[in-house]
Amino acid sequence: MDFINMTVERTNVQLSKADFESDQMVKWCPGCGGHAILAAVERVFPKIGYRKENFCMVSGIGCSSRFPYYVNTYGIHGIHGRAAAISTGVKIANPRLSVWTITGDGDSLAIGGNHFIHVIRRNVDLNILLFNNQIYGLTKGQFSPTTPMGKVTKTSPMGTIEHPFNIGELVMGAQGTFFARVPDNNIALMTECMFEAAKHDGTSVTEIMENCIIFADKAHAPVTGKDVKDENMLILKNGAPMVFGKNNEKGLILKDTMLEVVEIGKNGITIEDILVHDQYNQDPGIQLMLAKLAPPHFPMVFGVIRSAMYPTYDDLVEEQIKYAKETSKIRNVDDLLNSGDTWEI
Amino acid sequence: MAKKKRPIVEREEVVVKFVGDSGDGMQLTGSMFSDVAAIVGNDLATFPDFPAEIRAPQNTVAGVSGFQVHMGSSKIFTTGDLVDVLVAMNPASLRSNLKWAKKGATILTDTDAYDDKTIEKAGYKTNPFSDNSLESFNLVKAPMTTLTKASLKELGVDSKTAERSKNMFALGMLFYIFNRDLKPSFKYFEEKFKKKPELVEINKIVLQAGYNYAETIEALESVIQVSAAPMEKGRYRNITGNVATAWGLLAAAEKSGRPLFLGSYPITPATEILMELAKHKSLGAKVFQAEDEIAGICSAIGASYTGSLACTTTSGPGLSLKSEAIGLAVITELPLVIVNVQRGGPSTGLPTKSEQSDLYQALFGRNGECPVIVIAASTSENCFYYAYETAKLSMEHMTPAILLTDGYLGFGSTLFRIPRMADMPAITPPIAEANDPDYKPYRRNPETFVRQWAIPGTEGLRHRVGGLEKENITGTVSTDPMNHQIMTDFRAKKVEKVADFIPDQGIEGNPEGELLVVSWGGTYGAVHSAVSQMQKEGKSVSHAHFHYIMPLPKNTEKVLKSFKKIVVCELNSGQFVNYLRMKYPIPNISQFNKVQGLPFMINELTDKFNQLLEEK
Repeated sequence: MDFINMTVERTNVQLSKADFESDQMVKWCPGCGGHAILAAVERVFPKIGYRKENFCMVSGIGCSSRFPYYVNTYGIHGIHGRAAAISTGVKIANPRLSVWTITGDGDSLAIGGNHFIHVIRRNVDLNILLFNNQIYGLTKGQFSPTTPMGKVTKTSPMGTIEHPFNIGELVMGAQGTFFARVPDNNIALMTECMFEAAKHDGTSVTEIMENCIIFADKAHAPVTGKDVKDENMLILKNGAPMVFGKNNEKGLILKDTMLEVVEIGKNGITIEDILVHDQYNQDPGIQLMLAKLAPPHFPMVFGVIRSAMYPTYDDLVEEQIKYAKETSKIRNVDDLLNSGDTWEI
Repeated sequence: MAKKKRPIVEREEVVVKFVGDSGDGMQLTGSMFSDVAAIVGNDLATFPDFPAEIRAPQNTVAGVSGFQVHMGSSKIFTTGDLVDVLVAMNPASLRSNLKWAKKGATILTDTDAYDDKTIEKAGYKTNPFSDNSLESFNLVKAPMTTLTKASLKELGVDSKTAERSKNMFALGMLFYIFNRDLKPSFKYFEEKFKKKPELVEINKIVLQAGYNYAETIEALESVIQVSAAPMEKGRYRNITGNVATAWGLLAAAEKSGRPLFLGSYPITPATEILMELAKHKSLGAKVFQAEDEIAGICSAIGASYTGSLACTTTSGPGLSLKSEAIGLAVITELPLVIVNVQRGGPSTGLPTKSEQSDLYQALFGRNGECPVIVIAASTSENCFYYAYETAKLSMEHMTPAILLTDGYLGFGSTLFRIPRMADMPAITPPIAEANDPDYKPYRRNPETFVRQWAIPGTEGLRHRVGGLEKENITGTVSTDPMNHQIMTDFRAKKVEKVADFIPDQGIEGNPEGELLVVSWGGTYGAVHSAVSQMQKEGKSVSHAHFHYIMPLPKNTEKVLKSFKKIVVCELNSGQFVNYLRMKYPIPNISQFNKVQGLPFMINELTDKFNQLLEEK
């Protein structure tokens, strides 16, 4: 297995799915994408290798945010929009915990938008799993900040008139260091990206394109549906050319300042001409372009789009404290009380 | 020091106020003056009075900044109502502060600051020196700017730097009037300007020049002497309420062994607590300046879950934003210290002025049945002890607790007898043991109803908490009607039970009689002074000052019932009095309120109390 953050204590015991299964009844609708995400989490946690007591899950409000009740770890089911802020406190206070923030498009991008961009900007070492179903599910079908423009919902009977967020663009705009996108119908890819997220030091955002079977069924089908996915999905692999299509016959090239879809073998294009993915590149230029691609003219890009190394907030907190402890004359509260101007009476 | 022998007038207490433009250095001048008073053994209280703007237009009333020092040879309880000596650096500061000067007060002013333009800017129609408006005062006019420049001529100091030192000239004059030693101030300059020896020299020369000038003109016929106060033996320091609050939290963290976490967002007048704690990383304090008030408290809740002494500090508008999150801490039954340094409201209100109008918000300002502990400090110095106590009760009883202070306590300073950590009471949070087979998230101590604190990372205690109602004992999500009743009752009883762990309500004066004066929070000094003045006159008045608001001390009803009349004094429209009326249906409770962003004056209190005593 690849290198994993050594701050979090590791276990010598091989854990299994059963170690993380909760005894609570899972109350998502049958067919909800949440079930697959839960399966992926239960599959990836034992692989990560941390002690099971060192996982802490924190959520906000919404369908997604019931998640901590369904996994046997330490956990907080918070209040609407605040999962990122609560998680920040958990991680700063105890950097030895592996913190997983479970949230949705309404929770993180509407009511919690402020916390979302700031946790990313600070690069607190958290793993944010953002369930994007493009709708408010728990309140029964109102549009969210990712609902496509024009979509008819309960609060947009004539279609929405606002521009949706592209989550990857938002993450990189907030100076994000990690962004991955996965569909909820590919557990293998989900597991792989979650593991990459766990490996990443800093805030990781994994957008999971989740299906809400009741209020926005098949919202992602134009991209991830069985009939179209070969043409409309490009799954990135670090160090590999960006190819897609039924037989990987298509690829992306950079022409002037724009990405372009080309067919390999046509017009003199060979595999050598295709862009090679570098998820670790600190410059988000190409990564940002990739995150923004969408049908009909381009495939949508999946997998780890960005995973750049930067110092984490929680590490810097520890460093400052360590330095202060080594250099300050004030070593306890008695010292503090008697510091500066004092006099005897 | 004085060459001529001047008659000495011994004064038990004196109030001195320094006022000038925001950039005139009045805060520094005032605190240097009070430091010297402290060194000679005076008791004292100080209060800075500054505009909400950083540098409001020069020479206008809006731009006046002030610093008040109340010093005495007996115990000092307030920052002083009216001023004995006013140092006014320009017409605007004179005009805006004259109303606080006692009849016959000494006024030192810089005549160089008076010209047609500045006089008009201050809002004067005529020159105050020639319109008799200062007749009833002892006016000491000095061309301070000119003399400051003259004193520095030999050093070749530029005019701007010279002008900026005129506050030290004023301070020098004041030191002459109070016959104070200049050496401590010299020492202060040497330390402060270690790397800029020219500034040490400049300040020394100007201070001495002011002193000499006052001597030459015989500014005052006599020396005002304020002798040392009889203070309890010990080591002392000067401390503001905000620093004391920060240190109280650090002390509670050290004593309990729980690491300190502060999640906070800058807001006047609470920001100094955040700034102070940010300095103390060597004590392990983790200070997170959040993106907003909500993130401040939410990060603290996260930290509390992991076993930290978690705190958030704010003022009224910020407390409003934190309301929903306080509810989360209540239902998850996690310790959390919320400090509210109150200011005038509603909305942005009067950010730099003090009020007690957030009591309802602290007690009731949340959705659902949502009880928390509410405690109020009453002096700048005891912010240390009440911050400590709030943290102790919050952790030991696994509930959020709100500490109410206010702008006067927070910005103001008093002398602080330095305690020893060994003498502070123990703090023992109910931490769950690893692999306890009986651990359940909501299993409670049968006597205190307190659940255990199971810290993430601990083996065998994995559990979830959250904002949805939980089943008693097991902590699984539950919407069962009877369970909700049980859990609601437990949360209330747990907080009520804290009454068994706090001291009885004390009374200053006879435990029964004609009139009981009730107050709480930052009004202690004024109310105490008014009541003790009347007690000396032989009036049947006693004083009960409350620090524990929720729950109230167990003997509260008994205390209230021992008097024929009760008056509750507060700087709001009657929030504590209505709370008492709700708890104890006692018919004879009256109230005295003031909502002007100003503290009580002793006179207005005694007038009210005398009137009540006379009423049949």
